[in-house]
Amino acid sequence: MDILNALVLFANYVFVPATAYGAQLALGALGVTLIFGILRFANFAHGELMSFGTMAVILATWALQDMGVSLGPLPTALLALPFGIAVTVVFALLTDRYVFRFYRVKKSDPIIYAIASVGVMFVMAGLIRVIIGPDDQSFADGARFIITARDFKELTGLEEGLAIRVTQVITIIVALAVMAVLFWFLQRTRSGKAMRAYSDNEDLALLSGIDPDKVVRMAWIITAILATIAGTLYGLDKTYKPFIFQQILLPIFAAAILGGIGQPVGAILGGFVVAYSEVTITYAYKKFLAYLGPEGWAPEGLMQFLSTDYKFAVSFIILVAVLLVRPTGIIRGKVI
Amino acid sequence: MKKRIVATIAAAIVSTTAAAEEVKIGMLQGFTGPTESLVGPMAMGGDLAIQEVSDSGLFLGGMTVVSVRGDSTCIDAAAATAAAERLITSEGVAAINGATCSGATTAVVNNVAVPNGIVMISPSATSPALSTIEDNGLFFRTAPSDARQGEIMANVLNNRGVKSVALTHTNNDYGKGLADAFQAAYEASGGSVTAVAAHEDGKADYSAEVGALAAAGGEVLVVAGYLDQGGKGMIQASLDSGAFDTFMLPDGMVGDSLTDNFGDAIDGSFGTVPGTDSPGAAMMTDVAEGKGFNGTDPYVPEAYDASALILLAMQSAGSTKSEDFKSHVEKVANAPGEQIFPGELAKALQILADGGEIDYVGGTAVELIGSGEASGSYREVEVKGGKFETVTYH
Repeated sequence: MDILNALVLFANYVFVPATAYGAQLALGALGVTLIFGILRFANFAHGELMSFGTMAVILATWALQDMGVSLGPLPTALLALPFGIAVTVVFALLTDRYVFRFYRVKKSDPIIYAIASVGVMFVMAGLIRVIIGPDDQSFADGARFIITARDFKELTGLEEGLAIRVTQVITIIVALAVMAVLFWFLQRTRSGKAMRAYSDNEDLALLSGIDPDKVVRMAWIITAILATIAGTLYGLDKTYKPFIFQQILLPIFAAAILGGIGQPVGAILGGFVVAYSEVTITYAYKKFLAYLGPEGWAPEGLMQFLSTDYKFAVSFIILVAVLLVRPTGIIRGKVI
Repeated sequence: MKKRIVATIAAAIVSTTAAAEEVKIGMLQGFTGPTESLVGPMAMGGDLAIQEVSDSGLFLGGMTVVSVRGDSTCIDAAAATAAAERLITSEGVAAINGATCSGATTAVVNNVAVPNGIVMISPSATSPALSTIEDNGLFFRTAPSDARQGEIMANVLNNRGVKSVALTHTNNDYGKGLADAFQAAYEASGGSVTAVAAHEDGKADYSAEVGALAAAGGEVLVVAGYLDQGGKGMIQASLDSGAFDTFMLPDGMVGDSLTDNFGDAIDGSFGTVPGTDSPGAAMMTDVAEGKGFNGTDPYVPEAYDASALILLAMQSAGSTKSEDFKSHVEKVANAPGEQIFPGELAKALQILADGGEIDYVGGTAVELIGSGEASGSYREVEVKGGKFETVTYH
């Protein structure tokens, strides 16, 4: 029995990476859920919007690095975030003006919006590849680790190491801060209340004098901010490659639907549930159980529920199960 | 006007008689597709040997040799088959230097080379499956099979006293073939492979794959992947989580971009790449000097050797018919006889014309074994101070 080593092992391979991943998914799912709440359609272009925002941040980061600006141990990308957000907000508003407004005026069905958003997704994907190319871009600088596995082992004398990266901590702190500001905005400010009213009952909101154009504009601005931050954090923590933002769309939608579509709290909850499920189900528990079991004993197999190849299948299973069993999600949201 | 027509006809007759004295060799390589950056210099290397033989004036009593190019791509077996078909039926090539990739090579051997009875020597197809292909003695390769690399990797690990490893491979024919070959060789020599996990190229995050491998344990992580792709991601995730800090890197992982990326963080990691300390490698560099390519580029010496073996076998047999000279390929490649290095093809032609024997060494120390494939010389490298350094040769 060696509970301490088992816990450290679990934290290193499951808890810390899954928490950072969950925070990234939650930010992405918040954007999807907001657009669904206000504009009432599933925005498939959200992944590419994240990618676009990250690209803008990367370009700004490179410019800053060329000028010799740096944040010391923190990544320069944090400094470039406001610029990336500004560009992405303008881009999102232009997309709405030239694509989605047309369907809004015509009062189209949500499914038509959704299909239009698929078109927007492909155009954005092409644009991104023209501007920055399809390759890997690394833009993380500053210190990489708060504590490395080796240092941790020396410090504590344990057999297992716990590595904590700077980007993981930044991800969690920034995500919490953004969520706090978002909820304050939605609950306390006039615009936020207008948005919630519009989301709850459009006709009633219009009767009480809420300007629908303003609400839609606010929704896009907030979504663009969330998308840029989520994409940048994901890129810093892992790597930036245009292709992966199409892959990440599935877990993000799973998170939004699981939490209850149109429900910000649900999106955050969903993000973490999906992230923890993906990681815990594909983790091999052999060593973990060996520490918990009697001395010198180890399980025969790898003790893995699903091979890591099936990581994305986990979000898919969650998605299907939720739609079958509880289509409204954990927190009662809209039904797609 | 009449005079001009007569002159043209006369010229045509003259040129066809000249063509009768000309031997064509097909240069069937993957000029487009995933290997296009490798193939440019390879084809030039193959052409260089052809040029050398042709210029010597000693080939089969003064015949000239020209190369005809065909695009085998790397992943499109149908395109490779069509290109090979064209080379043989409409160009009338006597033999083929190619193809580049294992999949395309397999298709061409089965569908074109064997039915038409044409000798084919691949400079770069490394799949173990090609060792057992039904080829009627027509197919050879100057590149070693990955099965051979698997054995070398097992040897390197045993020499270093590593008893257990975890293994990850890129999820394609190359990765799977090499991983299987390595696992079989290593386990046969007493080592243990704790876990095998495939990784997909082009993902952002490999921490789950590394987590599974770390749970199984192992002193070293063997990464049979690509250095600019998932292989890099696997190493990054291993270093980040502290799961592994020593890596065994087969040929697809050895390159400067890996050490540029990780620097001395992977010090002590080691790998194997095709390479030889025979003087032939250095002479290959000299021969290629000023020809627009580099003699040390991957598979360039192999391509040169493939062309040279075809032509020397023809000289030895005194015939350009595949049926006649196919049995002479191994004869000129292996001992006994006078050793022949790159740039000495004229000497070799003379010896063969005089009825002597040669042992073609070439740029890669060619030694054909088994079903006519290179035994394979490998260079063992180790990362020291953030740079790949050669340790020894196998």
